[in-house]
Amino acid sequence: MNTVEALPPNARRAGHYLYIATVVLLCAWVLVPLYLLFVNALSSAEAVNSFPKSAFPEFDLGSLKFFAGFYGILDALKNSIIVATLTMIMSIAIGAPAGYALSRFEFRGKATFRLLILMTRAFPLPLLALPLAVMFIRTGLDDTAIGLAFVHTTLALPFAVLITFSLFSGIPIELEEAAWTLGCTRFTAFTKVVLPLILPGITASAIFAFVISWNEVFAAAVLTIENRTLTAFLLQNLDTAAIHLKFAGGFILVVPALIFIFAVRKYLFAMWGIANR
Amino acid sequence: MNARILPYLLIAPVTLFLCLFFLYPFFLVAHQAFTEGMGFTLDNFREVASYWKFSATLTNTLLLAAAVVPIQLAMALLMATMITRMGKGRDLVLYIWTIPLGISDLAAGIIWLAIFEQSGFLNSMMVGIGALDKPANLLTYQNAGLVFLAIALAEIWRATAIMLVILVAGIGLIPKEYYEAAEVFGASKWKQFWWITLPLLRPSLQTALILRVIMAFEVFAVVAALGGTLFPVLMGETYAYQFDLLNNGAAAAMALIILGISIAATLIILRALSVPKGATI
Repeated sequence: MNTVEALPPNARRAGHYLYIATVVLLCAWVLVPLYLLFVNALSSAEAVNSFPKSAFPEFDLGSLKFFAGFYGILDALKNSIIVATLTMIMSIAIGAPAGYALSRFEFRGKATFRLLILMTRAFPLPLLALPLAVMFIRTGLDDTAIGLAFVHTTLALPFAVLITFSLFSGIPIELEEAAWTLGCTRFTAFTKVVLPLILPGITASAIFAFVISWNEVFAAAVLTIENRTLTAFLLQNLDTAAIHLKFAGGFILVVPALIFIFAVRKYLFAMWGIANR
Repeated sequence: MNARILPYLLIAPVTLFLCLFFLYPFFLVAHQAFTEGMGFTLDNFREVASYWKFSATLTNTLLLAAAVVPIQLAMALLMATMITRMGKGRDLVLYIWTIPLGISDLAAGIIWLAIFEQSGFLNSMMVGIGALDKPANLLTYQNAGLVFLAIALAEIWRATAIMLVILVAGIGLIPKEYYEAAEVFGASKWKQFWWITLPLLRPSLQTALILRVIMAFEVFAVVAALGGTLFPVLMGETYAYQFDLLNNGAAAAMALIILGISIAATLIILRALSVPKGATI
């Protein structure tokens, strides 16, 4: 009898340990591959090419120095930053007003407009780079940062609209109405009352647009030839590049993304969760 | 300003932008795929489909999606339910689990290359424990299964976080009262998951699956980093047509094929997980 009564707490404790073990295991599943990349990137070229591998980095900057000195890398890095910055500016400048309109106004065609935004999500957007490559050659936009940024903005824009929509919806319209009665115009009420409140959220979605552009491979590889971005450059050199160059490149791609995700972690759910409904 | 015109002014830039860079290119790509010189033609599709690699390319892409997406769905559901029960350390665990969200598919491919390459960590470990006497070249034509495994692992590693975030947000929207009521009637945790969480999570499951499946059909850089030409996929062949063979028509035809598969998958998922009209949480 005693054993039967003693079982539930035991079982519960076992379940608790299993739960913790699973959490730890899943964390390791994410972190260990990342750690191994860091070990490679922070070791000398000889260590990266030698066998067997040590599980600890040498903290030698040889690979990264080789990477920085590799012909064309710094230009590619610069191009990546330019394209991502342009994408960030355009997607917020174009997307935020639409997010505001969706949250504050009822107007004819609103449903159609929302459908257009949501529709972009059901299409493999990087494929758009193919027809645009032809169009860009005609208009002189081929192989330019702005041309690629247009395509990346198409990727980031639906997010920008839906995220700013949910941000604006979180601010009661009464605040704006109060500002109007106190002599603000619609515009000054917006800049003095609403904007300060949602600025952190806007920043987060801008960072998110930056990351989308920074990470994009296919369109970047199709649309740039001389002015390659970092992803396009690495992709092009995958077959021929020394292995330590690839790992250093992977490291440079990953580090900003890690920082960005950390910076926007509070907004992840607004971005992916609510923005997807 | 007039409150009737203002909303249209505010949405005009997005609408114009999407017309120019979203709708118009789709028209262009279809035009490119179906015309040769002046007239209508199916030659591009015939050319693409009759290429000896095409059936392998299509099968590989579909097989990879079929292998990866169910595992990711199960993992994301498990992680999401674990997160919602978590008290202390929730933020840290959530940050760690969502890290791959910010990582490029190319970087993910390179990360798993560090493990699977010949002087990589898997070989080091296998030799270390004595399972192999010398490092084997894992990612070669002879080891097609291993190439597939490496690509599948990299895909699972990279893209589970997207589903996780959507599902966690979805679970957060389910009212606690349902669980309290179930608790009162003595439903087990498993029963609560099966009869409350899963049905009410349908809209989120729908979006998570659609996004993920479309991404799976777009798989490109992970494969380029790990398998190269050993494991041809649709997007990789499209890139080869456009860039190596300079055949825009064939590339456009491939693009339309990927598009067709994506739309078909979206419709199937929408149908299978349809939310009854008027049923909201």
